[in-house]
Amino acid sequence: MTADSNIPPETPEQAAETGTLAARIALKQRAGGVAVPVLTAVIAFLLGGFVVLATGHNPLLAYRDIFNGAGLNWIFHPTTNVANTAAYNLTQTLLQSTTLILTGLAVAFAFRCGMFNIGGQGQYFVGLYTANWIGFDFQHMAPLPHILLAIGGATLAGALWAGIAGFLKATVGAHEVISTIMLNWIAIWMGEWLFGDGGPLQNVANKTVPISNDVASSAQLPVFWGVQQLQGLDIGFFVALAALVVFWVVLNRTTLGYEVRAVGFNPEAAAYGGINVRKNLVRAMAISGAFAGLAGAIDMLGYLYHFGVSDIPVSNVGFLGIAVALLGRNTAIGTGLGALLFGGLLFGTTHGLSSNVIQPELAGNLTYMIQGLIVLFVGADVLILYVWNTRKKLRLRPAT
Amino acid sequence: MADDVVLEMRGIRKVFPGIVANDDVSLDVRRGEVHALLGENGAGKSTLMNILYGLYRPDGGEVLLHGKPVTFNSARDAIQAGIGMVHQHFMLIPVMTVAENIVLGAEPRDGVFLDERGAERRVQELSEQFGLVVDPGALVSEITVGQEQRVEILKALYRGAGILVLDEPTAVLTPQEAQELFAIIRSLQADGKSIIFITHKLNEVLEIADRITVLRRGKVIETVPREGATEASLARAMVGREVLLRVEKAPAQPGDVLLKVDDLHVTDDRGIPKVRGVSFDVRAGEIVGVAGVDGNGQTELIEAITGLRKIDSGTVTVGDRTMRSASAREMLDAGVGHIPEDRQRRGLVLEFTIAENVALHDYAIPPDAKWGWLFPARMVQFAAGLIKEFDVRGGGPLSRAGGLSGGNQQKVVAAREIARDPKVLIAAQPTRGLDVGAIEYLHRRIVTERDEGRAILLVSLELEEILSLSDRILVVYEGEIAGEHTGEVSEEQIGLEMLGGAERTAA
Repeated sequence: MTADSNIPPETPEQAAETGTLAARIALKQRAGGVAVPVLTAVIAFLLGGFVVLATGHNPLLAYRDIFNGAGLNWIFHPTTNVANTAAYNLTQTLLQSTTLILTGLAVAFAFRCGMFNIGGQGQYFVGLYTANWIGFDFQHMAPLPHILLAIGGATLAGALWAGIAGFLKATVGAHEVISTIMLNWIAIWMGEWLFGDGGPLQNVANKTVPISNDVASSAQLPVFWGVQQLQGLDIGFFVALAALVVFWVVLNRTTLGYEVRAVGFNPEAAAYGGINVRKNLVRAMAISGAFAGLAGAIDMLGYLYHFGVSDIPVSNVGFLGIAVALLGRNTAIGTGLGALLFGGLLFGTTHGLSSNVIQPELAGNLTYMIQGLIVLFVGADVLILYVWNTRKKLRLRPAT
Repeated sequence: MADDVVLEMRGIRKVFPGIVANDDVSLDVRRGEVHALLGENGAGKSTLMNILYGLYRPDGGEVLLHGKPVTFNSARDAIQAGIGMVHQHFMLIPVMTVAENIVLGAEPRDGVFLDERGAERRVQELSEQFGLVVDPGALVSEITVGQEQRVEILKALYRGAGILVLDEPTAVLTPQEAQELFAIIRSLQADGKSIIFITHKLNEVLEIADRITVLRRGKVIETVPREGATEASLARAMVGREVLLRVEKAPAQPGDVLLKVDDLHVTDDRGIPKVRGVSFDVRAGEIVGVAGVDGNGQTELIEAITGLRKIDSGTVTVGDRTMRSASAREMLDAGVGHIPEDRQRRGLVLEFTIAENVALHDYAIPPDAKWGWLFPARMVQFAAGLIKEFDVRGGGPLSRAGGLSGGNQQKVVAAREIARDPKVLIAAQPTRGLDVGAIEYLHRRIVTERDEGRAILLVSLELEEILSLSDRILVVYEGEIAGEHTGEVSEEQIGLEMLGGAERTAA
């Protein structure tokens, strides 16, 4: 007997009797299961396809080339030799996915505690800065302790950064959406100062360039696929995979996770159960920030090695993490798959696309369009559910 | 007689995946009749009415209005055919006036503008015609629940409803408001309107209905005239077996004081004093009932005792531990069990499984957890035992609590609280919204727990529940104890004290 067979049939009547719209939507979401996020993505890609079509190109060819550009065609002829284009492309996609898994988990963890952490970008930045500082300033350390120190420091920095927002919410009720956005800007301007002219983290070699030092080789993560000089895939990828497992285990197999979920679903019932809600808000926010800070560390130590003032406005992995988490329904496996999708899109639309298949100006922006559509659809879930339910109704109607 | 029939539903069938909600249901309603639709939660009453109101399409059967078959594709069709429905949850717009809400969707116009005066006049006329007193110019956000219900009824009448469906109309009303509603129903009846009255309260049915149709598991069990029907016969038809409507209990044998509340002062979220110097105690093996009209400090009193609300002054003593301002956790550890007044908002995490809900207080200690690590299998095992003991139906340990019926949800809450073996059990509105079968079970269980030697504090808005269960009764009025009774006391006396009209017995 499986767990599912115990679940009683939920009739619309029962659903209506339970009341709120939110409850009804939650019910339908469960009913939709994995189909709804998949449908969300499919519709987003369809609409993206129409835009490609409108610019006079064949969307099928465009998507095929993006798929290939992301190295996903590697599965048809796998090889570990990065001289093979598909293999090389795949390592680059996975590099992007590594970051997105972690920033996605950051958003997902806060969501599970009922909070919207929109500050993944800022937490990522402070992790990045901290990793750069520890990676460069602590010379002559043995590789393993150096890496652990840099990763630990960056993770802690991210946790503290997000913890500020959690603390403000728990004590004075400041909404985390507002405070994390503000903390994003503080992190951005902090970077401008740190790496800018005369800044404490500006490189020592050339004082006219607003770029940081490179982290010491002892702090660089080993590359296991590809060549380090050509931005190979580093072991940070496994750290991200491990983070997915940790996320699931913490939420589902620890008392901490139980508290997080209880507070996320129903803070009033959690308080009644004897759970300290405020403590959980701060803690969940800090853990959320730790994931984003870890992402910053992995990027810095894995392939960036340095960071400059001009890199700051370009980075948006923290925001992409929101789309990843939303698409992945704030679950570990969903976030992993969402990160792979967006990693592929990010790399696949920005490299080697021929102007014969897609308008060059459109290429990179297609990712952001699809990201936007997915966020929109997840936000407007009701719409997708409507489509989904209509489809079911049509199917259920007996043939006459 | 037959041509008096205004509405007939014949052989209605409605199937939802996995459940037959209505199975060959037939019902006829006569002109000027109050027809009660009686059944437990989930018996199919709401489904049937949603079909009548055009919200669901039936899978079989037909609806005849004045002898002619009709098909409603939406509520709009039903409204046009003269059917009005007042839902349990009102659908009014708080920032608009009573008159605006009533005419909404069919406004009298003055050019392109709303004819505000015309609307108010029309509402006034209707209001006088049926004895439904409302202030047409008042904002809906400023009127009471009872008045909101009248607005809903007027809304249906304004649209020309000849058949009015009232879905559990008394669930949100005080006893006084319910009496006023019955007077309104009688005046509507005198005017030739037909009323379908959905309920699971037996006394109401016997008071107001002309005929009664009992539904059970989607089928019509019987349609009987009020004459000759008794609470016992209706309960039997509803539940399908004999039901004990009176709680049988031996005299209390009070032991040591287990809960002592001393000069307690508590304020609500807005800083308004809600509990003002309350002192009482509850002994082992006795049930102390707290009676009172909603909003007289009961909620704040319970929250203070359970550590969910800050105490301004005074103390709460559980067993031999006197506490001034304890956390919810400390109160749980001191031995306070609490069946909260709102099981869905506070008593359960609806998205959690039954097993997870059973673990809500003790998730962090063995056997549920050790060193911060959860043992879900043990939670499931423990929950399975409780599900059996408390006869929770509709799901296993891994089913979502939100999928259970109200009665079974309440059993899960009660099971969890009782299984912790509390010294003091606080039961707030333990049977609100439940059907007779579940009420019977919970009442018996509360008495059993009393006999086990627990101190039980019962807080309820249902005077009948207080009277039948309590060994001692406290009446609260505006945050103070307005009366205390042991032994026989009349309902009138308590009712008087509830409204603040009695001499202080304590003074």
